Amino acid sequence: MSVLIFAELDEGALKKSSLEAIYYGSKVAALTGTSATAIVLGEGKADELAKAGRFGATKVLHASDAQLNEGNAMAYASVVAEAANQEGADVIVLAKSSLADSMAARLAGKLKAGLAANVIELPDVSSGFRVKRSIFTGKAFAFTELTAEKKILAIKKNTITPEETEATATVEAFKPALNDTDFAVKVTNVEKASGDILLPEADLVVSAGRGLKGPENWGIVEDLAKALHAATACSKPVSDLDWRPHHEHVGQTGIKISPNLYMACGISGAIQHLAGVNSSKVIVVINKDPEAPFFKSADYGIVGDVFEVLPRLTKAVQEL
Amino acid sequence: MKILVCVTSVPDTITKITLTDNNTKLNKAGVQFITGPYDDYALSRAVELKEQLGGTVTVLNVGESDADPVIRKCLAIGADDAIRVNAEPTDAYFVAEQIAAIAKENSYDLILMGRESIDYNGGQVHGIVGEMLGLPSISPVMKLAIDGSTAKITREIEGGHEELEAGLPLVLGCQEPIAEWKIPNMRGIMSARTKPLKVVEPTGKDTLTHIANYELPPARGACKMIPASEAETLIKLLRTEAKVI
Repeated sequence: MSVLIFAELDEGALKKSSLEAIYYGSKVAALTGTSATAIVLGEGKADELAKAGRFGATKVLHASDAQLNEGNAMAYASVVAEAANQEGADVIVLAKSSLADSMAARLAGKLKAGLAANVIELPDVSSGFRVKRSIFTGKAFAFTELTAEKKILAIKKNTITPEETEATATVEAFKPALNDTDFAVKVTNVEKASGDILLPEADLVVSAGRGLKGPENWGIVEDLAKALHAATACSKPVSDLDWRPHHEHVGQTGIKISPNLYMACGISGAIQHLAGVNSSKVIVVINKDPEAPFFKSADYGIVGDVFEVLPRLTKAVQEL
Repeated sequence: MKILVCVTSVPDTITKITLTDNNTKLNKAGVQFITGPYDDYALSRAVELKEQLGGTVTVLNVGESDADPVIRKCLAIGADDAIRVNAEPTDAYFVAEQIAAIAKENSYDLILMGRESIDYNGGQVHGIVGEMLGLPSISPVMKLAIDGSTAKITREIEGGHEELEAGLPLVLGCQEPIAEWKIPNMRGIMSARTKPLKVVEPTGKDTLTHIANYELPPARGACKMIPASEAETLIKLLRTEAKVI
């Protein structure tokens, strides 16, 4: 019995969300009286592997085959399943992402494992194995008993605050059997905004809606985001109108986020939008309409014109 | 082109969730059920592909008879026939088992569904079905074109998208903007009444998870209003009071 954590690399470095997953996994291991092993796929820098130890893993399995450099959900699921079997892992932890979600679904099928997605707390192992997870896109929570022998927990951002220590992990090379059928899907092109802070990973998010009146006005949103080192996001109408790319759309049918700070500028706050952002720690709403429903779900509010307020906020951040 | 579209019957997106039976059940009273919005995208693309390439679209739901209005609406949008596996969709593994069993009996070129159901947000059924059938699964799919026996797919990733190619058959979890939602017309609604809806009993009864009880999120405290003329105060409060910047 042990806990296995799928730790995801992005350009050779462990993702921030994966460090949270490793720390969470080490706490699950402590609760169940076992140890936490992280598995890293693809070529990763040695200091990145050591980082897994500082966040709570006692062992790191590194499958460095170059074929695994490209995130491939099917191949990754096979490798993680093989590692889980080798380690006798009955709990597998991962942080939600576009790759990890697809990988976890395949893994659940392979291991006949109970998968709980959007887990937001450590499990209750006092009798059985119970997790609290977000459902209805954050409009409710379900306490879910995982009754299968194998369990997969996909945690939401900000489930736990990771602490870095001086601990070290032993790093072992892991040489899984790779299967050609897992490489049947060919990636022909990848388009990814470079240099930007990825929205699902971001601690701070500045988001804007139709109140911005047009895509040409996004400069004031980007300026504030840049000053704060925040990611930018938008409401569904804005993405539907093609003012902003779809991967910035947050809400019930878009990306669901749970950052430390969510600033909504010129967004009225329809229930479908709130669903995607209501697990943010602090919500700020800036809207010229004092009746905007979003103010009821906010921690701080400014009734005012975003075209005047945002540049002043940017200046105030720069002067901090 | 033989396409299977798996659909969920879920509370409308504007639903305010309430609980009943000592927080062990979701309160269905007064709740409007709709086709899962992501499933609607999958169905709309399936009907477009059928119009382009010929073939059939079968709708599959794992659910009880209260899902029938949602299934009829899918038929009105353009599916040819429907299958309902008569069982409560208790968890992802159970639902995937039902879909895989139907898929094994019929050879579909494409098995489409939404990227996730908007009630439990698990997003795992497509992957488990793919695993059970030994087929590739891809999600979330934003664009889908068919070129002979090859699918050309655009998949959303953090901060962008990737373009993929894979041979059929495939299992896909779909989202916008794969197609425009189709709205049933009067002719569709009339013909849907007579299209076949086969009800079958479930196979297997494996469930790997069980919901013990529910909870609603706590209300946020009162919103602290800052006059627009003192907007800069907000930044100070975010640093000193909320401690998030």
